[in-house]
Amino acid sequence: MKWRFVEALECYIGKESLIGFSAGRHVIHKNFISSRNNTEKFPSGTELSVPLLKSILQNWTGKTPVLVSSIRIMQRHNGYMTLNFQFTKYPRKVFPWFGLDIGGTLVKLVYFEPKDITAEEEEEEVENLKSIRKYLTSNVAYGSTGIRDVHLELKDLTLCGRKGNLHFIRFPTHDMPAFIQMGSEKHFSSLHTTLCATGGGAYKFEQDFRTMGDLELCKLDELDCLVKGVLYIDSVGFNGHSECYYFENPTDAERCQKLPFNLENPYPLLLVNIGSGVSILAVYSKDNYKRVTGTSLGGGTFFGLCCLLTGCSTFEEALEMASRGDSTKVDKLVRDIYGGDYERFGLPGWAVASSFGNMMSKEKRESVSKEDLARATLITITNNIGSIARMCALNENINRVVFVGNFLRINTISMRLLAYALDYWSKGQLKALFLEHEGYFGSVGALLGLLDSA
Amino acid sequence: MAERGGRGSGHGSLDKSITLPPDEIFRNLENAKRFAIDIGGSLTKLAYYSTVQHKVARVRSFDHSGKDIDNEPLYEISVQEEITARLHFIKFENTYIETCLDFIKDHLVNTETKVIKATGGGAYKFKDLIEKKLGLKVDKEDVMTCLIKGCNFVLRNIPHEVFAYQKDSDTEFRFQTNHPNIFPYLLVNIGSGVSIVKVETEDKFEWIGGSSIGGGTFWGLGALLTKTKKFDELLQLASKGQHTNVDMLVKDVYGGAYQSLGLSGNLIASSFGKSTTADKEFSKEDMAKSLLHMISNDIGQLACLYAKLHNLDKIYFGGFFIRGHPVTMRTITYSINFFSKGEVQALFLRHEGYLGAIGAFLKGAEQDNPNQYSWGENYAGSSGLMSTSPDVYPMQRTRSGTFDMLEMDRLERPLVNLPLLKDPSTYIPDTVDLTDDAMARKYWLTCFEEALDGVAKRAAASQPDSLDAQERAEKFRQKYWNKLQTLRQQPFAYGTLTVRSLLDTREHCLNEFNFPDPYSKVKQKENGIALKCFQSVIESLDSLGWEERQFALVKGLLAGNVFDWGAKAVSDVLESEPQFGFEEAKSKLQERPWLEDSYSQWLERLKEGPPHKCALIFADNSGIDIILGVFPFVRELLSRGTEVILACNSGPALNDVTYSESLIVTERIAAMDPVIHSALRDEKLLLVQTGSSSPCLDLRYVGKVPLCGLCPTAAGWPKVWLWSIPATLHTGNCFCSPIRTCLVWIYRPVTLLRSYSFWPFFVAFCVQDTAGSGAGSVMADVRSCRWPKPPGIEASFHLI
Repeated sequence: MKWRFVEALECYIGKESLIGFSAGRHVIHKNFISSRNNTEKFPSGTELSVPLLKSILQNWTGKTPVLVSSIRIMQRHNGYMTLNFQFTKYPRKVFPWFGLDIGGTLVKLVYFEPKDITAEEEEEEVENLKSIRKYLTSNVAYGSTGIRDVHLELKDLTLCGRKGNLHFIRFPTHDMPAFIQMGSEKHFSSLHTTLCATGGGAYKFEQDFRTMGDLELCKLDELDCLVKGVLYIDSVGFNGHSECYYFENPTDAERCQKLPFNLENPYPLLLVNIGSGVSILAVYSKDNYKRVTGTSLGGGTFFGLCCLLTGCSTFEEALEMASRGDSTKVDKLVRDIYGGDYERFGLPGWAVASSFGNMMSKEKRESVSKEDLARATLITITNNIGSIARMCALNENINRVVFVGNFLRINTISMRLLAYALDYWSKGQLKALFLEHEGYFGSVGALLGLLDSA
Repeated sequence: MAERGGRGSGHGSLDKSITLPPDEIFRNLENAKRFAIDIGGSLTKLAYYSTVQHKVARVRSFDHSGKDIDNEPLYEISVQEEITARLHFIKFENTYIETCLDFIKDHLVNTETKVIKATGGGAYKFKDLIEKKLGLKVDKEDVMTCLIKGCNFVLRNIPHEVFAYQKDSDTEFRFQTNHPNIFPYLLVNIGSGVSIVKVETEDKFEWIGGSSIGGGTFWGLGALLTKTKKFDELLQLASKGQHTNVDMLVKDVYGGAYQSLGLSGNLIASSFGKSTTADKEFSKEDMAKSLLHMISNDIGQLACLYAKLHNLDKIYFGGFFIRGHPVTMRTITYSINFFSKGEVQALFLRHEGYLGAIGAFLKGAEQDNPNQYSWGENYAGSSGLMSTSPDVYPMQRTRSGTFDMLEMDRLERPLVNLPLLKDPSTYIPDTVDLTDDAMARKYWLTCFEEALDGVAKRAAASQPDSLDAQERAEKFRQKYWNKLQTLRQQPFAYGTLTVRSLLDTREHCLNEFNFPDPYSKVKQKENGIALKCFQSVIESLDSLGWEERQFALVKGLLAGNVFDWGAKAVSDVLESEPQFGFEEAKSKLQERPWLEDSYSQWLERLKEGPPHKCALIFADNSGIDIILGVFPFVRELLSRGTEVILACNSGPALNDVTYSESLIVTERIAAMDPVIHSALRDEKLLLVQTGSSSPCLDLRYVGKVPLCGLCPTAAGWPKVWLWSIPATLHTGNCFCSPIRTCLVWIYRPVTLLRSYSFWPFFVAFCVQDTAGSGAGSVMADVRSCRWPKPPGIEASFHLI
């Protein structure tokens, strides 16, 4: 039989008997109760305990449930007690467990590799599934563009009653057709699993999945997934370390330090997701968030402009060039105009007055290097995001700003700049926070959505 | 963040070849003083102050003792010289700066001036040149301070300064009604960078933020991407491009809209998101367009965020990125609408390019305190808003060799909102916006064109002793003709085009060529004729029973006003039949009910209520209107114990009675009539000036002293008011253009409570003027239409 994942079980206990379990909102349990005629007699005075309940459940189902919350007496009525406790049981979800986030530029894939597979399961595991598992876990690169971020892997994660490792994989969105093709070749559809996907591509490629891969996507909202993913990953931590961090002394190369930040009480927080474009969310609780605004000046703009200005072809290349460039040759600074600080407005001389402002002059256009241009592009986009995020934080009255998204991957320049800019312009009122799993939260959210769905 | 800093391509070579026409630009340099200069990336703006000597018509009463009154004119008219102050602002390309400085030096006679105030990024660069050429010391002023001072100045002094940009509409520019309280507002100046300044009072402003992504980014990045050097050319490219080839749209990511967030598929998800490839070529046009969208959207978004944080809903945009470029105004407007969900309006300024120069000038003129005066835009000497959509006039924007000018005249007295206006921002003195209504515009421009020869002729005839009157009249004719042609092309050049603004422009042009009062002789004659009839009119009124008399008085008001020279047909009739009588006008008055007819209520009020305590009457025409229409009515009110304030225009306009004429006329009437005589003596009848010299009354701009000083909010004036405002409605009737409607609005409060909360109840009479209907038949079909009430009138008055 197929088990549904149930958050809460209630059991009705008479004086001498456990009459049944029910899980309130999950209809399946009515069937369960009626189909098994679930009454279990036990002697009066028997103390209800977790092992007892477990054994009953095991007796009925033949599988061992995992209790994740203690038993609470909810109600006593007519001699019956209603107890409430939470079980995670064997998920109905068969392996493999994937979460997919198809963005404008990158596809982010998380894969849960179960490590507690019993011999019995191993036996049942179909060949396809096994080969997928082996293929994903034994490689760090897939094709020419797929990459597994090994350093991000979450080990010994307990998810839905199963122990395993969570793998983080990315590839460019333009390879999406090849990915679907591969899924088709590996007969993914025969696994009868659901593929949960989020991001715009979940909509854009839905038809391709259907026709080419014989797969029906379960589409999830990208912002729901993002928020869920962030909160989840932060709660489980990063292999014993903190997921969340911040920079101390962000402008001082010597003293700059990446320090863990405890995001135990995360609300309210401003979540700035910098992908190809930028979305800014105000998160007030697990289920209460709103999209404040967004901007089209994001990672795609940095990379796109760099391609046009420098002829580079990868994000890494663009960042590498930027790291060697000098943006002050390209940008017009306050001191270039006022000779120093503009005291009337309290503007420091180092502040950029006009991004690319020096490029209005022909001579200067001819004297800058590609690296300078890449750097200026990076600084321009980053400062702008910082500025919009800061204004949103002020408008929403939130002082913690969490920056996520793949624009920040291997992009210490931007992270430090964001940290500095937020601190400087808010006079220390706002704090920029970052998360280790930068761009993967949407896909984590999609995976959780898979395990969550009724 | 600084406005300028752009380096135009024309910098290196200064063009000396241009010959400057001295009559047209840098006028009145002979007595110019207080220079200020604002040098931007490509344009220079020069400001100075001059005094203008011009002629004014004065009237003076003769000493009539022992003379034959009947055969002498009523009063003497003399043309005198008067000196008024004028501000000149000239805008030209930086390439002409040396030529211009030479020109100024050659023509500058005044030696008082030692210093020139300078602002703008280029002030440093040209400092030595200016000091050498003009021998003036350059005194630098802060860019932003100047900008804001200038902005406050134009907002306060120019009625139609502010406009919203409307894409795809017949009128690109929608001018806004100035609110008397201009503060607080947000000024977003898009120069090479962006400065966002919150202005709270005249002297209090704060830089609240900015962005480095501005005009310099468009120009610099645009030049790198497209190899196009000039800002204007980049805009040209942008207006032809397709940004969707370069930008990643929501539909590129989603395949359609992102419905759960309501984001349309055509929104830009990632600017330049499609150019993330090294092996594809993108067109210059497409990249320029994408860049323009990116920058405009970004600025709009930040501006909205700042507006929200500071709780402001007025954002004025300026700087070289905007400077009249329709493309950037369009994208900024779009962005503001999008990000504020329509709650904030992007507003632009007609004289945006001059703000820095005006501000620098004001800084230099602080000892003269120009802010204590009211200044009016001189339509004759100002170029007006140039440029329109680049699709229509692709090369007009290059501006090469053109000089743009703004001239402002110091008004004799400060003009303020009439305190009785309930909400000046909703009061619109004109009922039809000719900028908006193309058919009405065509009609009226044609009317003014056709009448032009006659006006020029009358102007020349008004100065028979002047040798050059003919020549000046011809110059006037040419200038006004050119203005009319400009307005045909660009109706928004001087703000919202109305019949009032057409009339005002004509007055300005007449003054320009020293025709201060072409109607003076006509008015003199008409006043003389009307005075002779006064006593018989009074006698015949007095012979009537009370109720009959009230009706005759109201008819007289209407007939007197119908009898208006302003209308072409009437003036024709009058010029051929000067004896055309008042009685005849009355007999031609249509039968009741009039177009707007509250006569019965008025009569009821007179019968049942206590006498009104005070009436404020705005007089309109000379002659029959004031003498035989208004004065008998005034006399009746006075007899009832109502005090009367009679307000007349300060300066001449058409055949309207001026304040000085009204003094003489009243004096003569007082000599004949004991009621008027004693009322004058006891100050029950007050004559005041409106402060205006316009043929049409705009209650937003009336004399602070003495008129507004008399108003009830100021000094515990009586709580009962009676209004009659014929002049307001010159423009109120332009909807049914050939029909001259005449109307008397009489406001009557229904209670005497001091609670200030009573509801103003108005009585209005309005008749159709058959005399003026010869002006054309195109609109004859609208005659049956009900006369539209001027918007805002009913809501605008509060009676205290």
